[in-house]
Amino acid sequence: MQPKLELLDAELVRRILDEAHQLLSEHGVKVQTSEARDLLAGAGAKVDDEVVRIPEAVVAAALETVPRRFSLHDRSGEPIVSYGGDAVHFDPGSSCVHVLDPETLEHKPSTAADLARIVKITEMLPQLDAQSTAVVCNEIPKEIGDLYRLYVVLLYSAKPIVTGAFSVKTLQAMIDMLAVFAGGREALAARPQAVFDVCPSPPLVWSEFGAENLIELARASVPAEMVSMPLAGAAAPVTLLGSVVQHAAESLGGIAIHQLAQPGAPIVWGGAPAIFDMRKGTTPMGAIETAMIDASYAQVGKSLDLPTHAYLGASDAKIVDAQAGLESGVSAVVGALAGINMISGAGMLDFLACQSPEKLVVDAEAIAMAKRLVDGVQVRTETLATQMFADIGFRGDFLKQKITKELFATEQHIPSKVIDRDSMRGWQQSGSLDTWSRSRERARQLLEEYQPPQHDPAKVTELRTMVERLAQGAGMDRLPEPA
Amino acid sequence: MRTEELFQAMAQSVIDGDVDTATDLAKQAIGSGVDPLDAINDGFVRGINYVGEEFSRENMFLPELVLAGEAMKAAIGVLEPQMAKEGTVRQVHGKVVLAAAPGDIHDIGKTLVGTMLSASGFQVFDLGVDVPIARVVEKAREVGADIVGVSALLTTTMVGQQEVIEALQATGLRSKVKVMVGGAPVTPEWAEQIGADGFGQDAVQAVTIARRLVGLEV
Repeated sequence: MQPKLELLDAELVRRILDEAHQLLSEHGVKVQTSEARDLLAGAGAKVDDEVVRIPEAVVAAALETVPRRFSLHDRSGEPIVSYGGDAVHFDPGSSCVHVLDPETLEHKPSTAADLARIVKITEMLPQLDAQSTAVVCNEIPKEIGDLYRLYVVLLYSAKPIVTGAFSVKTLQAMIDMLAVFAGGREALAARPQAVFDVCPSPPLVWSEFGAENLIELARASVPAEMVSMPLAGAAAPVTLLGSVVQHAAESLGGIAIHQLAQPGAPIVWGGAPAIFDMRKGTTPMGAIETAMIDASYAQVGKSLDLPTHAYLGASDAKIVDAQAGLESGVSAVVGALAGINMISGAGMLDFLACQSPEKLVVDAEAIAMAKRLVDGVQVRTETLATQMFADIGFRGDFLKQKITKELFATEQHIPSKVIDRDSMRGWQQSGSLDTWSRSRERARQLLEEYQPPQHDPAKVTELRTMVERLAQGAGMDRLPEPA
Repeated sequence: MRTEELFQAMAQSVIDGDVDTATDLAKQAIGSGVDPLDAINDGFVRGINYVGEEFSRENMFLPELVLAGEAMKAAIGVLEPQMAKEGTVRQVHGKVVLAAAPGDIHDIGKTLVGTMLSASGFQVFDLGVDVPIARVVEKAREVGADIVGVSALLTTTMVGQQEVIEALQATGLRSKVKVMVGGAPVTPEWAEQIGADGFGQDAVQAVTIARRLVGLEV
């Protein structure tokens, strides 16, 4: 039995959806591209300038055609991530602009080399099911920034990818890049390797780019991951429930647009909400209320049998300290118990602005705990205990039992050295290291042990040529290699 | 109500963020022949100063600061037309043009800065969010601004603050205005690097900085 956390009763879920429909049909959503408005109008929505009032029937029709399940595949076409249902996966948080310098503890503008390092470590951490375009490469021209990040991820990894595009033109280029490994766009559509994050603007606005993104992704059958981000008390109602209703309205509106563009295209009920800190005006990702909004909207999405996503497992701390550990750990566990299919946030500090490979390594331990928790308490033996007492008498000799040897590694997750379980003496003899020091050592070790993926060299060449051409188009005379 | 009691009630209406009461008391002041300028300075402004102080001490919070600003705006909305009728000029410490940098749509902090500056006697021209550099410069020229304030909440839009300063230089306005900057990623080092005249950590500090920049006692 997979342990579950449910914050809402069925009646509340019903009321949330009810009010979401009310907002959509009476208050309306702003849709800032005419193509999306035309799709909605064609289906019966009322358009008034940019404001679209979407009747419940239009949303209901869209919900009929949304796929309940889909998988993300690795570069060799193996299904790795199951979206839909209660399977729980984790990926590093995406689009940070800084990286934590492990020597000086400064937050430095991130570069391609930083991204490569993060991708390699992520590839070596079994707890992370997918890669993400974790940081912006500040030295790369903005016009190809998004596709260049994807290029780095493709070069150094084989895991499925969570990414996002910055423009419609580069979105198409990024799909072509993914198609290189899949063996064409049709093959990619049949066996997706990446999801693209798409964000509505709170409250209740699908911007020109957001709506266009939805339409383009739908038509290419490339999974779209909506990331609705109510900011409770500032860009969304102050109450947790009010923010969950806003999330539902934005997401249902997005699904309507998406399914009208291409019925049956895959889409994810995702988000990155937060409460608004009323002292500092910041957006704490580590707040428990933030996690509660995530768990609640995920429950609403699950009531519609949709694939889910959330930003959890991040911290607002500026260094890898106790706050970083506790916020990331607690929120990762909440996400896992909520049964969220893809949980983004590992490695993040400073409200989603900063990535840290060393923190990634620590967060992997919290993720391992979360995953072990949702694996639950399982029956592994014919009798729960009585057979194991057959020859024990009253001696604590369970260590000698064959069954102990057979089952210990299944029953117990064995953490890495980042988690210290040594005796006091052992810990002292190893240098009396704290978590931060141990994480630096492990990050170093993982980088040393990193093995590049076994990509088909012809495909890598094809990818490189494609990206070179795109880089030249953006005025670069050579393609920077991430090192 | 005796004048002193009235002034206290005015301050309290701002502290309570009570737009209706603030409006009523402002009208009451006019009806009783109280000098509108006194009503602002001895009544309502005391309230906003209190809230600002308490906010800095983390005893009062953003929603209270924002509502206090709304109550203040309502009161001034009633009293300023009266002053215009009577020919009283509210002493304006300076003219401030405010804008969020191009590409930046965050406005909560900037709006609060505008509220606090307005309450403290500055004339504020808030251009809103995602403001093109040229527009900031044009407005500064048009109104004869003493201060230009640019906010940025993203590291990616911060450069807009530098661009405003460069544009002011290019159009020959730089020596005539002081530039203050703010926003979460903005640091005193960045402010110095780009040649800004002041950096404020929050809306309350912004008032102190602005007063200093126009040569007032802080």
